[in-house]
Amino acid sequence: MANFTPVSAAIGGALIGLSAVLLMLSTGRIAGVSGIFSGLLNLRSEDKGWRGAFIAGLILAPVIAGWIGYGMAQPKLPSNWAVIVAAGLLVGFGSRLGGGCTSGHGICGLGRLSPRSITATIVFMVTAVITVAVTHHVLGG
Amino acid sequence: MWIIAPLVCGLIFGAGLLISGMVQPTKVLAFLDIFGAWDPSLAVVMVAALAVAVPGFILANRRSQPWLAPQYFWPGKAAIDLPLVTGAALFGIGWGLVGLCPGPALESLATLSPGVIVFVVAMAAGMVLHDGWQQSRLLAERDGRLARATDG
Repeated sequence: MANFTPVSAAIGGALIGLSAVLLMLSTGRIAGVSGIFSGLLNLRSEDKGWRGAFIAGLILAPVIAGWIGYGMAQPKLPSNWAVIVAAGLLVGFGSRLGGGCTSGHGICGLGRLSPRSITATIVFMVTAVITVAVTHHVLGG
Repeated sequence: MWIIAPLVCGLIFGAGLLISGMVQPTKVLAFLDIFGAWDPSLAVVMVAALAVAVPGFILANRRSQPWLAPQYFWPGKAAIDLPLVTGAALFGIGWGLVGLCPGPALESLATLSPGVIVFVVAMAAGMVLHDGWQQSRLLAERDGRLARATDG
């Protein structure tokens, strides 16, 4: 547990919860990033305004953090492009089929004590843990 | 000016991911790696988020209307079906492969990292693929019903 950062995790987590509550209180929408983003990809949907604004805020956050001296480091990703593409496809397809991702099910759904979201969160945590166990310890990647 | 509200919510959400470190795939993978040097930070993020979200959603539920919209859009809670479980399982595999989920992936576009851009394009393709597949299934179902209806 050398890298455990409970204080920053608690502050960041509280902000994520606050964002989800404020979005619901103001616009009546669930802060599920996969749902918000996929609505932007659907050419027929007409409620793109709030979706685009939320995603713009999300992308602007590290830009503003950079202006005040807390720039974000480039994320460390696998060197194999095929793995990145496969992971992106699985995350995109799976989040739509399952009706949500870590934010929609993991934060908002759990916050509403939704049996659907509790199930989804347990399932994706388990398959993610197994995937990491296999890629890091069995295959030794 | 209502558009300011979701923009600010996105900023707060992004700040939360940045401060907690969850925007970094290595931090997320360290939580999922329970057989390695386990880092429980993500669990603290979730508990703290829920400590705010649970009372916040109860408060929202008591109000008849949001501040800036005509109605609340609460998703259904009860139905646990095969698509939910299959979708969550596939999502978890993709998440575990690189440590990126939709929020941190979109936020990381700000770094202009080529890997992130490729991931987001693939993620968008996966979403479009799903919605197209769903659409064609619905149409096939409707055509099937029409065909049967003319049989008699």
